[in-house]
Amino acid sequence: MKRRKLEFLGASWLFWVGAIAIYAVVQVLFSTNVITDYMKTVIQLGCVMTIVSLGLNLIYGFNGQFSLGQWGFYAIGAYASADITYRYAAKVSIPLNLGFATFDVGKIAIFLVAILFGALLAGVIAYLFGLPVLKLGSDYFGIATLGFTIVVKVLADNSDTILPFPEMKGARGMVGIPRLTTWFWSFFLLVLCILILRNILHSTTGRAIVSVRENEIAAKAMGIDTVKYKTLSFVIGGIYAGLAGGIYAHLYAFLHPSLFHFIKSFDPMIIIVFGGLGSITGTIVAAFAWAFSLEGLRIILPSGAEAWRYIIYPVALLLIMLLRPQGLLGGIEWGFLKPIQWPRRKIDTGAPTVETATQEAV
Amino acid sequence: MLLEVENLHVYYGAIHALQGLTFHLEEGEIVTLIGANGAGKSTTLNTISGLLRPREGSIRFKGQELTRMRAHDIVRLGVVQVPEGRKIFATLTVSENLDMGAYTRTDPAEIARSRERVFASFPRLEERLNQLGGTLSGGEQQMLAMGRGLMSRPTLLLLDEPSMGLAPILVEEIFSIIQEINSQGTSILLVEQNANMALSIAHRGYVLETGRIVLEGTAQELRDNPQVKKAYLGEA
Amino acid sequence: MNRTLKSLALFLGGIALGVAAAGLFMLFHSSLTPQELEAWDKDGVVPGLVMQAGSIGFGVWFLYLVGWITRSQIRKQAGAGFGKIARSVAGNALMILLGLWFLWRMFIQHPEGVLINPTLFAQYIVDGIRLGFVYALISLGYTMVYGIVRLINFAHGDVFMVGSFTSFYAIKAMRLHLLPAKLFPSLSQWVAITIGTVLVIILSMLVCALLAITIERVAYKPLRNAPRIAALITAISVSFFLEYFSSLPEVFTSNYIIYEQPFKVVSWKILGVQISNVTIIIILVSILFLLLLRWIVYGTKTGKAMRATSWDKPTARLMGIDVDNVITKTFAIGAALAGAGGVLYAIAYPQLIVFMGIMPGLKAFVAAVLGGIGNLTGAFVGSLIMGQAEMLSAGYILTPMRDAIAFTILIIVLLIRPTGIFGEPEGEKA
Repeated sequence: MKRRKLEFLGASWLFWVGAIAIYAVVQVLFSTNVITDYMKTVIQLGCVMTIVSLGLNLIYGFNGQFSLGQWGFYAIGAYASADITYRYAAKVSIPLNLGFATFDVGKIAIFLVAILFGALLAGVIAYLFGLPVLKLGSDYFGIATLGFTIVVKVLADNSDTILPFPEMKGARGMVGIPRLTTWFWSFFLLVLCILILRNILHSTTGRAIVSVRENEIAAKAMGIDTVKYKTLSFVIGGIYAGLAGGIYAHLYAFLHPSLFHFIKSFDPMIIIVFGGLGSITGTIVAAFAWAFSLEGLRIILPSGAEAWRYIIYPVALLLIMLLRPQGLLGGIEWGFLKPIQWPRRKIDTGAPTVETATQEAV
Repeated sequence: MLLEVENLHVYYGAIHALQGLTFHLEEGEIVTLIGANGAGKSTTLNTISGLLRPREGSIRFKGQELTRMRAHDIVRLGVVQVPEGRKIFATLTVSENLDMGAYTRTDPAEIARSRERVFASFPRLEERLNQLGGTLSGGEQQMLAMGRGLMSRPTLLLLDEPSMGLAPILVEEIFSIIQEINSQGTSILLVEQNANMALSIAHRGYVLETGRIVLEGTAQELRDNPQVKKAYLGEA
Repeated sequence: MNRTLKSLALFLGGIALGVAAAGLFMLFHSSLTPQELEAWDKDGVVPGLVMQAGSIGFGVWFLYLVGWITRSQIRKQAGAGFGKIARSVAGNALMILLGLWFLWRMFIQHPEGVLINPTLFAQYIVDGIRLGFVYALISLGYTMVYGIVRLINFAHGDVFMVGSFTSFYAIKAMRLHLLPAKLFPSLSQWVAITIGTVLVIILSMLVCALLAITIERVAYKPLRNAPRIAALITAISVSFFLEYFSSLPEVFTSNYIIYEQPFKVVSWKILGVQISNVTIIIILVSILFLLLLRWIVYGTKTGKAMRATSWDKPTARLMGIDVDNVITKTFAIGAALAGAGGVLYAIAYPQLIVFMGIMPGLKAFVAAVLGGIGNLTGAFVGSLIMGQAEMLSAGYILTPMRDAIAFTILIIVLLIRPTGIFGEPEGEKA
């Protein structure tokens, strides 16, 4: 038997030390103004995108359900939590002076309640929507979820007319959201999400989730309740998206329906494919790389050439896909996240058949 | 020599499926490859047909190298495969399936004559001409698959498990038709698990085991070989 | 069949009863003079009571209907498991609810409802048909490509956009539509303009076909054996690239531009309904292309090869079919249809922007899914439904809701028939 290691919440001390170290280093860089405020936002955007993509990776990468609905849940989380803090955050203020700094405990509490509510609402909607829709075949499921994203966007566009939320201001964009997201919270929640996902995947539940991806019929034959696990991963993915939406809303303090356009719903999909489907490490790396490169291009490119961002982006996308269709990191997983022992296979291809073996042919 | 296969190596990813296969087929012959599941029989046919690329080795048909050719060009040369499991185009009618068999040919009069010949061998197909391929029974599908293969007027017909999943009486029928096709001048490379039947109509045979040829000889020699008897013919 | 009839009778009977009762009551109520009303119903509570009774009645009827559907579903799908039945029931219930709400909105609640302004209704129907036929041209390409390579070709909508812009250049810069008149001055003006317009359409179709072949070769063919998601992502990147590249000021512009129609738009009023020559041309051209496509797919050797390839690629190769060539041809034909659709769309809605392909493309795709993807008839019927749904919801609900309604219909249809209206049940392909 293995010696029981020093661990907390299923993660080794190394993970916690590493996380605290990263947090501290970045915090010091912020405090000493080595990193501009702009880059600070970009880093936090990276955290947000990682959380959304981790959720999608659970749904698509690990469970094999091709969902384009992640962005809709993201929008729901963003708007729901923003609405709560918009209404109540200004009314609550409980300053707590710790000597070296002052925290507004009341605002933090409201913020946490708001983003949790956003996440849970996204989860509940994911459950209600997923229950009937998850039964559809893969592509049909993808289209139905894409439809969901579009419906959510249209509702956001008309949130002040069709929905009874005048403060969301429909297509004009919601302003006046308190800027409550801090580096601490985005990083803390990210670490929490990684940890939870990792622990889920390392449990029996996780193995059941992956078995659905590998072969749904075989999983069913083994007595695994595939509907349950599909719903479960869809709901957890939705919760992740809602949470990320909440963090995002309080990071930029501005929400506009165009942020939730279905075209953007491909961003998390692109991230997880680049990072490698079914790879947590890959998702984290790819999400940050995505945030940095897209925003980095904005800095590198001469002023006036900003439009080229969206030309370089698809071309780079195309080239990477052509050169490495299995994603940049493939199935590489960092030690702590790894010890899942099942053989790794590509999602779409099964055993060698004539069709797959012709790869060498053409 | 009509077909010459030399030192053929084929891989599925890391799996070494064919490990240096060498055999040949003379004009007018029926040659059979027998072996157990996974011995590499279908792989051999798919490599000849150009669906798979060998990593090493050569396949020559009438002296022409096939390994670098694309599948549809190989069909044009007259090497036609009737795949395992029939593989009928279920959404096409019987007639359209036959048309697909004659895809490489352009002369309508010649095609019509081939059609007549197919109907002579398989009268059942003529009755079902406008039925969708997917609605045929297993035996009819096998007939359609063979008819479809014949529509291209092959010089060499590659048959992959023509007896699979058929009732014994149908197997007899199919094999007598194979002999008939052969007597009209088409050479046949026959892959079968039903070694008994295969050896009863073949001129020569090869025994495959895990991607290698372990035995070869005339059909009579193989039938008399005690090892073959034990392993493939089910005799003690 | 019997059960379908019964359900239809139940459904329509309920509506008819409700409408009749409401009508009778309204008739009765409006026939009274104010004095009589005062005497009969002093506090004006009766309409409210009637409304409440009506709601309760509706609720009971609806619950009964849901129960009936549930029972029939359980009977029909014996042993199918709770999830499947629940999904089917949920889909049916949602559809009935939405449909009834829609009817109520259309007939009763809307200030310009069908009963009050039937001409407007007819106008929406005509506009919906026009839109539906344009969608049909786009969705046929989607469905063909999906059928053969199982790829959702997201760049298809942008190919459609390129079709519009090509015709814009052909008309504005090259004056192609006037070429026949210039070359053969003896031709009557009408004939010359017709030929000119046809030339413009053909040019757009050619450009789109070439573009699609290039896209296929560069972005899809190398990934044919990679996981499907890889090709999907390259499709999205191609779509992005086409949009943002043409929105560059050096290439084109990211603003709206006004399109110049190759011929004069004339419209006639028939029974108060505006019908323009554009509508008629769109319908005729679309039907022509549909027949042409049907002939190609079912009547020619290439079409048979396409169907064979879509069923089973390795076996198609064993027949001597050059599968890559067939796939390229499919892309080219689909793109040519989208190109023609682009020209017609631009003529009907003469305002262009580089992002114009996204929504029509997506809706055409939804139409293809609605009809059962991979099925030509399905794509056509789905497109017509889509056109009607969009125009009617824009007319009777709220203009911005048109996109949401389209997708709501899609989700509901998928719940009831997971593979679309004409789609074959899944798992049939051995």
